[in-house]
Amino acid sequence: MEHTPLLKVRDLKTSFFTDAGEVKAVGGVSFNLERGKVLGIVGESGSGKSVTVYSILQILAPTGKIVGGSVKFNGQELIGIDEKEMRKIRGNRISIIFQDPMTSLNPTYTIGHQLMEAILLHTGRNKKQARERALEMLRLVNINEPEKRLKQYPHELSGGMRQRVGIAMALACEPDILIADEPTTALDVTIQAQILELMQDLQKKLGMAIIMITHDLGVIAQLCDEVVVMYAGSICEQGTADEIFYNPKHEYTKGLLRSIPTDQSNGQKLVPITGTPIDLLNMPKGCPFAPRCDNAMKICLRERADRIRINDDHMATCWMNAKEASSEQEKQEEADHE
Amino acid sequence: MSELNKTPLLEVRDLKEHFDINVGFLKTRPLKAVDGVSFSINRGETLGLVGESGCGKTTVGRTLLHLYKPTSGEILYDGKEIKTKADILEFRKKATMVFQDPYSSLNPRMTVADIIGEPLDIHKLYETKEERRERILELMDHVGLNSEHASRYAHEFSGGQRQRIGIARALAVNPEFIVCDEPVSALDVSIQAQVINMFDDLQDKLGLTYLFIAHDLLIVRHISDRIAVMYLGKIVEMADADEIYSHPLHPYSKALMSAVPVPDPNTARANRRIALEGDIPSPLNAPSGCPFRTRCPHATEACAEAMPEFKEVSSGHFVACHRVGELN
Repeated sequence: MEHTPLLKVRDLKTSFFTDAGEVKAVGGVSFNLERGKVLGIVGESGSGKSVTVYSILQILAPTGKIVGGSVKFNGQELIGIDEKEMRKIRGNRISIIFQDPMTSLNPTYTIGHQLMEAILLHTGRNKKQARERALEMLRLVNINEPEKRLKQYPHELSGGMRQRVGIAMALACEPDILIADEPTTALDVTIQAQILELMQDLQKKLGMAIIMITHDLGVIAQLCDEVVVMYAGSICEQGTADEIFYNPKHEYTKGLLRSIPTDQSNGQKLVPITGTPIDLLNMPKGCPFAPRCDNAMKICLRERADRIRINDDHMATCWMNAKEASSEQEKQEEADHE
Repeated sequence: MSELNKTPLLEVRDLKEHFDINVGFLKTRPLKAVDGVSFSINRGETLGLVGESGCGKTTVGRTLLHLYKPTSGEILYDGKEIKTKADILEFRKKATMVFQDPYSSLNPRMTVADIIGEPLDIHKLYETKEERRERILELMDHVGLNSEHASRYAHEFSGGQRQRIGIARALAVNPEFIVCDEPVSALDVSIQAQVINMFDDLQDKLGLTYLFIAHDLLIVRHISDRIAVMYLGKIVEMADADEIYSHPLHPYSKALMSAVPVPDPNTARANRRIALEGDIPSPLNAPSGCPFRTRCPHATEACAEAMPEFKEVSSGHFVACHRVGELN
């Protein structure tokens, strides 16, 4: 019997149709997410990491459209199903927490109302049971005085507390997948540490899979089993956290890791990636990173590399590896001749 | 970083900045954003100022430049106190600021040349139009912008390039001292390193002195000679950058350093974080005594009674904690 991953994304393409033309925000993204795993998607602004998960949940802005590909959740195709069906999955089986806990909560309703809304919508509970569940969720995310919090409005809570409410809301229906879109970017370091720890604990306790979107490689290192690195709407490298951090094979990933200050870099110059991020309206023909890449070859400007397999846990779309692979093959052949 | 001259370029003594907040009809209460801060910065040095949002680090930077009138305390520049209006105007030719958000700190109706030229106009730093233009192009060259960018508007640039414009503007008056208020936190990771390197290069080339305010501890550590940690309007610890990272003494600094996510899976997995309970109290309701005692795992009754003295425990390492001796 063939193994079905919890979430299987294949060649997902999403574009925004603006006055200036078609912006290919996501240009063919593929990955699998297994039950109970934490997948990190890392990239800079405009790399398409958020649009990828918004496409999975189908919560794109009106100008955005999924133009191709497939998203299979538990074997069920999500692209093209009607909104009624999608609603049974969104917020129930797959839920999301957003970056800014201030704007993702409705300022005109109490915390209790907003928490219970999701529970009443997706589960068969009555109002009293929903309230019990809401209290249970607030306790789960370590919010003190949960009874009092139910009656409070979002503005009465601190940023860290609001993000806890966001997590409680997302987990209220015991989802299979929790998507976290830069959940700690708006928070301070010590509060970020609290929230990341909480997510780790809950993941162990409840066993859901997490897709963690962030630009912070530190957060990725701490939390993720597997990592997807995105640049200009496509995946440039993908593998286990150890492979990505200790054996990076795409020039962009290497540059990114080099540009962060570390213990050793003190008193030395940082090694930045030169140039500026790419304009999605004017994508080059070849590798999107080629204009900024120090080691770009002729072929990089001409055509894009396919997914090149590094090992069982690792793949990269960078021609540098093709060269390595082919020269290795040559050596192998030479050895065979002898 | 070059040899440090031992007479401080800038000295701050017991600086306080209290804002009056309306809490009812005709009733106000002081919000103690900065509450008794003292430090000095030597010529050519970079002092990093770190802390979480609401701790008063930005207010320190702005009060230093008299963008806010200090409630009390002294600011000495080159040994002279900055007090009168004339002092302030003169001071602003030597001390400037780079702001956090390159999107809101540049006037969208002005061309790049006019943005960079504005300080020159205000301080009348040129004789002829030609001289002004040359100076602007020279400044643009310093920060890696082309001369063809001069007639464009800020919205035509990416975040990193905008921050370069902001830096060129700060350099226009030939300053000696620059307050950098979170200058890279709005930028992408790959661009941050470019801008940080530029700050480094400009310091070497022009002999600048920086107060570098940021919350990203990895970056602050990289660029700073010394670091001061702020909590709720007070500096709780100050030491050499490496010293404060390897041997933080204040319980808050310890928690802060341990909370930094390290971009290395093995270290991150082995790392034991010191988790703090709760949130920063509102500066309107600051706790009595030590400001950190409500979240401190080691707080005793003594901590509620008096603010601990900010004292030197080893050469150049200052801490404000009652229990620093027994805890370390």
